[in-house]
Amino acid sequence: MKNKEVIINLKNVAKYYYMGDNIVKAVDGVDISIKQGEFVAVMGPSGSGKSTCMNLIGSLDIPTKGVIYLDNEDISSLSESDLAVLRGKKVGFIFQQFNLIPNLTVKENVMLPMMFQGESKQERENVAEELLVKVGLGDRMKFYPNQLSGGQQQRVAIARSLANDPEVILADEPTGNLDTKTGKKVIDFLKSLNKEGKTVIMVTHDPNLAKEHADIVYSLRDGKVERITRKNKLRI
Amino acid sequence: MNYLLFSFKNLRKRGIRSWLTLLGVFIGIAAVISLMTLGAGLKTAIVGQFGVSSTEIITVQAGGLSYGPPGSDVTTPLTIQDVQAIEKISSVDYAIPRNVETVKLEYNERVVFTMALSVQEGFEKEIYDIFEIEAREGRLLKNGDYKKVILGYDYGDEKKGGFEKRIEAKKKILIQDEKFEVVGILEKKGSFIMDKAVFIYDNDLKQLMKYGDDVDVIAVKVKSKDLIDKAKEDIEKLLRKRRNVKVGEEDFEVATPEAMLETINSILGGVQAFIVIIAFISIIVGAIGIINTMTTSVVERKKEIGIMKAIGAKNKHIFFQFFIESGVLGLVGGIAGIVFGLLVGYLGTIGINNFVGASTKPEINFVLIILSLIGSFLIGAVAGIIPAMGAAKQNPVEALRN
Repeated sequence: MKNKEVIINLKNVAKYYYMGDNIVKAVDGVDISIKQGEFVAVMGPSGSGKSTCMNLIGSLDIPTKGVIYLDNEDISSLSESDLAVLRGKKVGFIFQQFNLIPNLTVKENVMLPMMFQGESKQERENVAEELLVKVGLGDRMKFYPNQLSGGQQQRVAIARSLANDPEVILADEPTGNLDTKTGKKVIDFLKSLNKEGKTVIMVTHDPNLAKEHADIVYSLRDGKVERITRKNKLRI
Repeated sequence: MNYLLFSFKNLRKRGIRSWLTLLGVFIGIAAVISLMTLGAGLKTAIVGQFGVSSTEIITVQAGGLSYGPPGSDVTTPLTIQDVQAIEKISSVDYAIPRNVETVKLEYNERVVFTMALSVQEGFEKEIYDIFEIEAREGRLLKNGDYKKVILGYDYGDEKKGGFEKRIEAKKKILIQDEKFEVVGILEKKGSFIMDKAVFIYDNDLKQLMKYGDDVDVIAVKVKSKDLIDKAKEDIEKLLRKRRNVKVGEEDFEVATPEAMLETINSILGGVQAFIVIIAFISIIVGAIGIINTMTTSVVERKKEIGIMKAIGAKNKHIFFQFFIESGVLGLVGGIAGIVFGLLVGYLGTIGINNFVGASTKPEINFVLIILSLIGSFLIGAVAGIIPAMGAAKQNPVEALRN
């Protein structure tokens, strides 16, 4: 694992929000280095800056200070439209609230990220069908999100995150809206993706979930990294 | 194409509020389309009201040209001598004196006042041609029919005639207290004057009304259509001399059918301009409605915008999605307007045909329909520009937080 390439590198990254005269330091001098194929958890209580961290890692946001490398590319210097292409191609998002587009069918939802990358319709359909079969929803392609259970919706979201075959899967509290049993299924899915070689970054407030499944756990508090825990050390 | 499909899907889920904002575009397009479809019918209806038909007849009247009852002015009347003089002009084929009088009709012990139009002996066919009249019942007047009349369409109807009893051919009625026989009832003309008119031989009317040599209207038939303008000038010159007036001070009017058609066209043009202005205003209102509903939609779908940005949508993707959606919204209003406009045009034409007794056809202007389609899409799209720009500029983090 040590030979693997670093895919995400945050160097002394800070994100400040200005509210009138107050500066809110959501993230304040964070160093995170994630290698390809790792299962990483970013953990912390609410207000610890983990969501901001996730937005920065997923290139949804740009830092106030510091640099972020995604696949050796400095994203802090990219234009908005280049950022969109980059995140569309390299990062697959999974959200706590699933965030599927309600007016589109399951299959169309999975096709959408490929549309933004300019894939042909045939290609989009083929990949979407393949992915939905993979997450066990091959018989639900024409359904609309509100016709599915939460677990099923999250599986659609997983399929969608894989649409452009990204290197990184970014999951923000992926089990937060699910019962324990369905939550476990989703985690298992993420783990199997990790085994296939995907880098998985999971943001969670649940220490047990983080410790049980992640290779490395970054614990955040007040916008700083409080502790980095590696799994091999956990076993000692 | 993807955007279009996406737009339709989004629009399908919209509430009634969004559709109501389309009323403006709908009304605007419907107004224009129905107006254009009605076109011919509307013109026929107006022309019918003024009784203009033949294109080779010049109408000469004393006083200014008025659309009120002819002969009601207090100027020096035209006379039979004027008619004879006009007839001698080389470009003139013939000239027919016509008199129009208000007369008292009595039937079924009820009295009605109406217009009596004189028929000059020997020019029966010409008069009938000028007015384009045909008998619906009985026949028209022919040589030797003294003390006989033809009545307008309304008198053949129990209610419209005003006598509470329909008059049939061969019945006797009183005109100015003298007995006349009805030889025929006319086909419907749609003009309120013509459908209540009484056609009577000039000699009979002269005897009743005692107008002597006075003539209300002279109908002049020109030898050929190209001579109309020349004949008009000749007649004007002649009458100026005979009535001793200078150029510009004429106390008579020589109206060519073109001039009358021009007047009608300008009336029609006014009506059309009015409707077009209304259409224009409602389209602007519609566009504002679309801006409004799209802006609301951007706010409502902020999260969706965030999601799409998170999964790789560029600003231009978001912009085009809202832009196209707005255009499609306008297009839907336009399509509804076109359908409704055509419907109004068709029904209106049928209505006018029944009313006037004409057989005009609705005009379907495909170029206009296609322009309306493109136009309504563009109205929507243009109205959507600002909201779409707002949507595209959303910060993904903030949008997702919703």
